[in-house]
Amino acid sequence: MKEYGTQTGTLRKVMHYLKRYWFLMALSILFAGLTVATTLYIPILVGRAIDLIIGPGAVDFAGIVRILKEGCVIILATALLQWLMNMINNKITYQVVRDVRNEAFEKIQALPLRYLDQHPSGEVVSRIIADVDQFADGLLMGFTQFFTGVATILGTLVFMLTINVWITLLVVVLTPLSLFVAKFIATHTYDMFRLQSETRAEQTGLIDEMIGSQKVVQAFAMEERIQEQFDEIDRRLEKCSLKAIFYSSLTNPGTRFVNNVVYACVALAGALAAIGGVITVGGLSTFLSYANQYTKPFNDISSVVTELQNSLACAARIFELIEEPSQVPDAADAEELKDAAGQVELEHVYFSYVKEKPLIEDLNLSVKPGQRIAIVGPTGCGKTTLINLLMRFYDVDEGSIRMDGKDIRHLTRKSLRSAYGMVLQDTWLKSGTIRENILMGKPDATEEEMIRAAKEAHADSFIRRLPAGYDTVIQEDGGSLSQGQKQLLCISRVMLCLPPVLILDEATSSIDTRTEIRIQKAFQRMMEGRTSFVVAHRLSTIRESDVILVMKDGHIIEQGNHEELLRKNGFYAKLYNSQNL
Amino acid sequence: MKKLLIYLKDYKKETVLAPLFKMLEASFELFVPLVVAAIIDEGIASQDRLFILQRCGILILLGLIGLICSVTAQYYAARAAVGFTGQLRRALFRHIQSLSYTELDTVGTSTLITRMTSDMNQVQNGLNLTLRLFLRSPFVVFGAMIMAFQIDVKCALIFLVTIPVLSVVVFGIMLISIPLYRKVQQRLDTVLGIARENLIGVRVLRAFCKEKEETERFRQKNQELTGLQKYVGRISALLNPLTYVIINLAIIILIRTGAAQVELGILSQGQVVALYNYMSQILVELIKLANLIISMTRAAACANRIQSVFEIRSSMTDTAKETPDREEGTPAVEFRHVNLRYADGGENALTDIDFTVMPGETVGIIGGTGSGKSSLVNLIPRFYDATGGSVCIYGHNVKEYPVASLRELVGVVPQKAALFHGTIRDNLRWGKKDAKDEEIMEAVRTAQAEEVVLGKEGGLDYEIEQGGRNLSGGQKQRLTIARALVGKPEILILDDSSSALDYATDAALRKSIGALSGRTTVFIVSQRASSILHADKILVLDDGKVVGAGTSEELLQSCEVYREIYETQFQKEAVNR
Repeated sequence: MKEYGTQTGTLRKVMHYLKRYWFLMALSILFAGLTVATTLYIPILVGRAIDLIIGPGAVDFAGIVRILKEGCVIILATALLQWLMNMINNKITYQVVRDVRNEAFEKIQALPLRYLDQHPSGEVVSRIIADVDQFADGLLMGFTQFFTGVATILGTLVFMLTINVWITLLVVVLTPLSLFVAKFIATHTYDMFRLQSETRAEQTGLIDEMIGSQKVVQAFAMEERIQEQFDEIDRRLEKCSLKAIFYSSLTNPGTRFVNNVVYACVALAGALAAIGGVITVGGLSTFLSYANQYTKPFNDISSVVTELQNSLACAARIFELIEEPSQVPDAADAEELKDAAGQVELEHVYFSYVKEKPLIEDLNLSVKPGQRIAIVGPTGCGKTTLINLLMRFYDVDEGSIRMDGKDIRHLTRKSLRSAYGMVLQDTWLKSGTIRENILMGKPDATEEEMIRAAKEAHADSFIRRLPAGYDTVIQEDGGSLSQGQKQLLCISRVMLCLPPVLILDEATSSIDTRTEIRIQKAFQRMMEGRTSFVVAHRLSTIRESDVILVMKDGHIIEQGNHEELLRKNGFYAKLYNSQNL
Repeated sequence: MKKLLIYLKDYKKETVLAPLFKMLEASFELFVPLVVAAIIDEGIASQDRLFILQRCGILILLGLIGLICSVTAQYYAARAAVGFTGQLRRALFRHIQSLSYTELDTVGTSTLITRMTSDMNQVQNGLNLTLRLFLRSPFVVFGAMIMAFQIDVKCALIFLVTIPVLSVVVFGIMLISIPLYRKVQQRLDTVLGIARENLIGVRVLRAFCKEKEETERFRQKNQELTGLQKYVGRISALLNPLTYVIINLAIIILIRTGAAQVELGILSQGQVVALYNYMSQILVELIKLANLIISMTRAAACANRIQSVFEIRSSMTDTAKETPDREEGTPAVEFRHVNLRYADGGENALTDIDFTVMPGETVGIIGGTGSGKSSLVNLIPRFYDATGGSVCIYGHNVKEYPVASLRELVGVVPQKAALFHGTIRDNLRWGKKDAKDEEIMEAVRTAQAEEVVLGKEGGLDYEIEQGGRNLSGGQKQRLTIARALVGKPEILILDDSSSALDYATDAALRKSIGALSGRTTVFIVSQRASSILHADKILVLDDGKVVGAGTSEELLQSCEVYREIYETQFQKEAVNR
């Protein structure tokens, strides 16, 4: 019952999208109805014409020509209607798809990061691409097909009844037999298909793993054993595929046979009726051609119904995404942050990703402009969370974060984020040229500025060695660039826009230590008078920070500069000594 | 594609029988209109009820024979398609496993996986459909025409005109729209790419406030996609109305001509009905044929892609039959003026590498990102062949060893820790096929992985998920080290394989590996100076060349690159200086 409720709910939302196209929709349905009627009328005309061809000397040419002329007009009209209907359907389908996709994409831009962090990107992408396609194909096309199918069945019935009731009855009673055959085969092959897809999934898993790590396989000379494993699965797959494919391929011959039987019965009944003078030979021919076509709309409808259900499910998934609450919009009176000095204060900040698991509790921190803050601590201690809060990717649960004395919730996100420059461990590059990537933060920078930034980041020399230098196109997520090179590009990006506050989250973790030191010198020059937050694994890189925060389980457990912390001989000292064995 | 056909050789019988029975089925279908004509002309005309009954019996009989033929054909087609693909898949998997690192680098593993999975399925479907329909559809089309000629030549001429016209329309529209659909797919991929990029890079994009620009870009690409879809839609929207018009006009002309022939006494009424029925059959089959050709071209493209994988030959020869005898007193590993250049061209990755390592020594290899450290150690188990000079193990060129026994001799812990679906025990036995639990646990202890194994439910029986998803990076790394140790290799290579370990574990690991020495020659590749500090010999690489070799103390005096690395990591000295 509940399912039904949600389905109608989804349907109502679909209607909302279609409202704009109501006129075209109505036209499409009208044309579909007309097409069905005219299409079905042709066999009747042919039947009538045949009745006028009785034998030598008994051919009514004038009558035939009159009927055929009528036929010509109807044929052309049918074709025209059909073409118009197709065009209208295309227009509606593709435009609805476009609208839904645009809306979904805008939603992504407005969703809180909390949602995006929790949902794998592949899943969201598949909603925008695959689900929308399925929804359009199934729901919109399915709708017209469904309508045409029903109209054809009803139309055929009416036309047949006008010729003869009893033969019509025969067709109506016998035809569903082929549906039973199809249904019978489908239910009995279901298990075979499930076994096939399970076996196939098992095989794909093995292929994925072994070819994906083929180098390891070869390093241990395991090729033969893996091949045996593969062959075993493959033989099993072969067996169950054969079964599934063969048994399911019986559907066509099976239904065709049933149709042939129906055809023979109609021929028998029709011919006997013709002898009795109940129907004409033309009427018989009309009946035969209807009997041939009558099962098709039934098959169509049954496949459309499953497709409709499927696409409703897809639509529900899309709407779920579109209706997800957006992030809290900028406050109406939000200020623009201008020329930030870089004074950051955290006051009694509480935050957790999951209600039951408190992460950051009562965190206090005051950073003066120009200070260099290092954050260290074991994995999961809240280092990255702190960065999420500073940039307002997440909002604090309690307490406040202030930038230059203003609560960041009263600043526009845009101006706040522009004040930060961020380099994350998880480097991300846009597909496009190297140039586009570096210019991301400052699209109007000059060539000299860009090259200077790349040089500061020690990226210039490797970029020049790429096939097309700064215009080299890189694929999604860097492709052939090494992790270290990607980090250098991300650093260039930040070097170019010189933000008042800098966040480096393990920014140099994949860069060798020699280059790292040089880049840090460049950072130091660049950050003169600017505030910076540095998260690092290698303690050697943060020794010279003004303040080192040692975090554990969401709390700051130690705070001070390097010397002070060493003297304290606490957690930091232990960590530092273990790295310098 | 042609070369793949040899995998059909075990299915010759099936490949012939399947289309043959399909043809039989079709020919029985072609008799139906004739029988109906007889019912009309003889049965109804002479009011012979028995005759009509018999003919209807024949109709059912024809259907039954058709059913039997068709089922037989489906069976053989399924057998041939499934059997062929099975053989092909096993052969391709074997082939991929025979490729060396050089080929794996150039082709890329994701491509290979697609070839093995989705391309294979496409080929199987394509072959299955082809066997079933490729002969049937043309046979019905031409069969109907021939039957028409049997009935009346003048009327059959209408068929002779209609069939080519229909074919031109059907195939023409398909030919025009298929490449366009491919373009639609490309544009869809672009739209998909933008969506994915925006999800993965959401932090960076929001940090740079790119939301508006990205939305604009998406809208534009989405509009381009919609535009093209509508354009293609307009073309394929023509197919149904056009074929409808052609076939029905042909029927009208047929009836008009038929009427004249009946008037002349050449044709009977029933024969006109038969001709009308034949005309109706043609359209259905032509459309089936056109669809078949689409899936055939798709399958052929997949088959060609599979074929191209078969055409990649391994660049590594493995001709040695027996492990050469070991000469006493020879170095465990010796590089003689080795150069290496990768297949994708560019500069030498390694230039003139020349050094010797005696059995039991520990060698540290250090250098910046991209300096050639991994390239160097990859030559020892012959993952790549040197492009100049030679690499020798115990006095013999590595090419003189059978690859399998060479890799038993050399244990490798790769940079990327890859584990496989199966128990921990299964995974660790990769190092030695029949290792006992004690041997495994010994290796586990040396690799500092005892707490990992004991901490898991079931210990060695703990089930590792695909790709080791249920283990942390550090746990995986320690298990991969244990895996290499189980086989007690004489030469052990650790390729930057402690990067995910904390410093304390790393130190303990170094100590226990150090204890192995005396028996084992160890190569440690690292970016951390602390990891290699105590090695017997340190090689410093820079830009593919050895710029320093010796102990840490010696190098601090003589090698500037080493001194720089050392000082950046041990800053006390740097500060004191």
